[in-house]
Amino acid sequence: MTDASRNFRELRLDGVGRDFGGLSALRDVNLTIKRGEFIALLGPSGCGKTTALNSIAGLLPLTHGAIFLDDRRIDLLRPEERGFGMVFQNYALFPHMTVQRNVGFGLAMRGRPRAEIDRKVDEALALVRLQAHAAKLPGQLSGGQQQRVAIARAIVIEPPLVLMDEPLSNLDAKLRLEMRSEIRRIHGLLGSTTIYVTHDQDEALSLADRIVVMREGVVRQVGTPAELYSRPAHADVAEFMGFRNLLPTRIAGQNGAFAQLSVGRATIEGTPMQPNTAADAIVAIRPEDLVVRPDGPVAAAVETSEYRGRSFFGTARTPEGLELFFRSDRPVRTGEPVQLAADPTQVLVYAGEKVL
Amino acid sequence: MAAKAQHTVGERLWATAVWVLVGFFILNVLALIATVVVNSFATRWLGTWLPVGLTTRWYGSAWSEFQLGYVLIATFEIVGAVVIVSGLIGVPAAYALARRDFPGKRLVMLLFLLPILVPPMTYGIPLATVLYSTPFGGTMWGVILANLVPTVPFVILVMIPFVEQIDPRIEHAARVFGANTFRLFVHVLVPLLVPGVLAALLLVLVRTIAMFELTFLTAGPTSQTLVVALYYAVFAAGVRAGQSIDAMAVIYMITTLVWLLIALRFVNPTQIVTRAKRAG
Amino acid sequence: MSAIARESTARRREHPPLSIRLAARGLDGITLLVVPAVVFVLLLFVYPFLYGLWLSFQPKEGGWLANYAKFFADPFLYETIGKTLWIAVPATLFNVAVSVPVAMRVRLMRRQRLLTTILILPITLGTVLVAEGMLNYLGPKGWMNQSLMFLGLIDRPIRLVHNYWGVFLSLVITGFPFTFLLTLSYITGIDPSLEQAAATLGANARQRFSQVVLPLLASGLAITFCLSFVQAFAVFPSAVLLGAPAGPTRVISIAAYEAAFEQYDYSLASAIAMVMALVQLVIVIAVLAGRALLYRGSASGAKG
Repeated sequence: MTDASRNFRELRLDGVGRDFGGLSALRDVNLTIKRGEFIALLGPSGCGKTTALNSIAGLLPLTHGAIFLDDRRIDLLRPEERGFGMVFQNYALFPHMTVQRNVGFGLAMRGRPRAEIDRKVDEALALVRLQAHAAKLPGQLSGGQQQRVAIARAIVIEPPLVLMDEPLSNLDAKLRLEMRSEIRRIHGLLGSTTIYVTHDQDEALSLADRIVVMREGVVRQVGTPAELYSRPAHADVAEFMGFRNLLPTRIAGQNGAFAQLSVGRATIEGTPMQPNTAADAIVAIRPEDLVVRPDGPVAAAVETSEYRGRSFFGTARTPEGLELFFRSDRPVRTGEPVQLAADPTQVLVYAGEKVL
Repeated sequence: MAAKAQHTVGERLWATAVWVLVGFFILNVLALIATVVVNSFATRWLGTWLPVGLTTRWYGSAWSEFQLGYVLIATFEIVGAVVIVSGLIGVPAAYALARRDFPGKRLVMLLFLLPILVPPMTYGIPLATVLYSTPFGGTMWGVILANLVPTVPFVILVMIPFVEQIDPRIEHAARVFGANTFRLFVHVLVPLLVPGVLAALLLVLVRTIAMFELTFLTAGPTSQTLVVALYYAVFAAGVRAGQSIDAMAVIYMITTLVWLLIALRFVNPTQIVTRAKRAG
Repeated sequence: MSAIARESTARRREHPPLSIRLAARGLDGITLLVVPAVVFVLLLFVYPFLYGLWLSFQPKEGGWLANYAKFFADPFLYETIGKTLWIAVPATLFNVAVSVPVAMRVRLMRRQRLLTTILILPITLGTVLVAEGMLNYLGPKGWMNQSLMFLGLIDRPIRLVHNYWGVFLSLVITGFPFTFLLTLSYITGIDPSLEQAAATLGANARQRFSQVVLPLLASGLAITFCLSFVQAFAVFPSAVLLGAPAGPTRVISIAAYEAAFEQYDYSLASAIAMVMALVQLVIVIAVLAGRALLYRGSASGAKG
């Protein structure tokens, strides 16, 4: 790959599909990524995000579609010809090579002179703050250190694209948060285009410029973290983004911009997300937005409640048997009857969608 | 830059070469087996692609000439005894080793590893010497004892992973609910272990039928197994008709292959040759 | 509780009975189940070996080293070491070397079971049957020679039996499957993500093999070599039936057998068996010493 490729404008996935036997792991994926963007591929297991990443890396051939780097078609190239950097979920550090040799491997494969390799490896290790460990074997490092070596190895070759496959999922919670900041810091310093696969919506929200939510091999929504957080386009995306209340309702009428919905015997108002005229709908509400209020329209009996520091989160059941996840600013007891309410702008209505 | 194919010509050539090699190997193995089978049915066969005519009379003559009836009975008595005794000694030992950690355990494991790693010819000569200095030398029990040397450790090493797979908490639960050791064995352990024991004993059976060196060194004229009788027949090939020897060889092959096919229903082919690899 | 009872309870707490102390160290009734097997192996493996060793120092005539002196003085005897090595080492090296590319290909196959089943046929059938088959198939009038002449590659039958090549080929046929299966298990133990990582970093197939796979495989290959070699070194029926047991393929097991069952000199036979074991041990130790210089750790790409 020449230097010119490092200054590409965009990576384009065009109708990309990948079938395994009779099943589609990926179907009709269309995506354009601009240079410098940090893109997260987000979704539950089996949604195709890792398949998509492996196809971009060249580790899996496509059965449909093509991938372009500017005008050049790259999906027929082998991985060693694409020149992308990749960070694997299990780090994939060569266990028989020192950190120095691991990080310098890509440069050695490109035939760079020894002095240049040593210099660049040194810079990369400085970036991830592991210079003191250059002579160690991967087996002598902790999980977080191994992860940083994997990152250094991927960026030292100054690739046009850095691919990361759930790099933090093997780390404990505290380390995960630290490494998240590291990744953000490095991205800020280098500005490399990054595609990051994760199933953790917090990670995606905190790291990405844009998020691609996938499910069962298809792209469900592409948007900024803010867009996905407050305006998920479909009920399944809403569920993934933390809208735990997904209630089957009927649309009873309109009130200006809001739709009126019957939830059991109660009527609430919500924001339609689709211009659909179907009568059945799913309503999505975040637990933190469904609050206990004396004048709330929805009646329910508390089943469980947990103290979460600033407020209480719990579950309740309506007389019709619907389970609700709600928030309360005061303590509530099991069995206590409560009234729940939600701001219509935070109630999202998906007409015509079925309960999952 | 034009799009390139995923595999270069060089890589394709290499892959083809490897498969040709494997195919050639398999072809030769099958051909050499086929030669024996075809010859056993041949009236005469000298230098042509196929024999002049076919007959089954060699089987009858081999049966009487080599006293195959007696040899087969002896073989099955020996193999049967080896299978049963190695199971009786080996399975409890495997259970103990899987469930208990005691001082000297590593030494004991090494002890059981040696008869499998050291080839039979190497320890067979000293073993035969010892057996011949006892009344066992040259008798069926001598052969059985000799064949037990590699099979007892083999059963142990195959069974240990099977026992380890059974969650010890099941046994604890059985005890908590009132089972004594005997009941524990009969109602809990034996049913869970049956597939493993079956696998191990079938492997022992197949290996012992084909075990040449140990039987050869310790057998007397009435305690030969089929494979040893075959050796002597081939050794004296100048005297006897080749077709008759091959008829005997085919009978041996059928015996082995029948048990191999039965064993393969329960075990992976690789277990016949190597024991289950430890992880890591 | 009376004072006496309190005291004895206290004493029992400080000095638990022997059965409990032993159980804490892993010795109880269950552990005893291992005893019959241990006794068996000691009696029928260790003891004969030690007995053989002792017997080797009790020659029919001469001082305690007379057997060994006789062995190393008589070319007919000591040359067997060289002849056996000359057969066993190349055959094992060949098997190990060929098993690597084959295993690299086969590990990508999904339906390996049929292939491995066919491959274990030679081992299951045993060396005697393979020898008889080879005598027919590779003989001067067998299919192999016929095919070669038919293809015009040779004019007269080539001699593949009753010589060195017969034994060599028989070791390949019976030894390759075992070697291959071991190599395959080592290769499949190498984390595939390591090769993927190397590919994304620009390594082509040959570089991936030489820089990643081979270094991780080397220590496993050393063990494979040792296990295959000891089996090949102890070759017996093939050397007699397919070789020239009086000459170039007079292997050391033949010498031991003759001493025991033709000359009835058990002492000399034991000495030869000891020499055989010693040569195997020396080579295995040498290979393992070399292996200690290689990377011997796990072949996965991450901690644990």
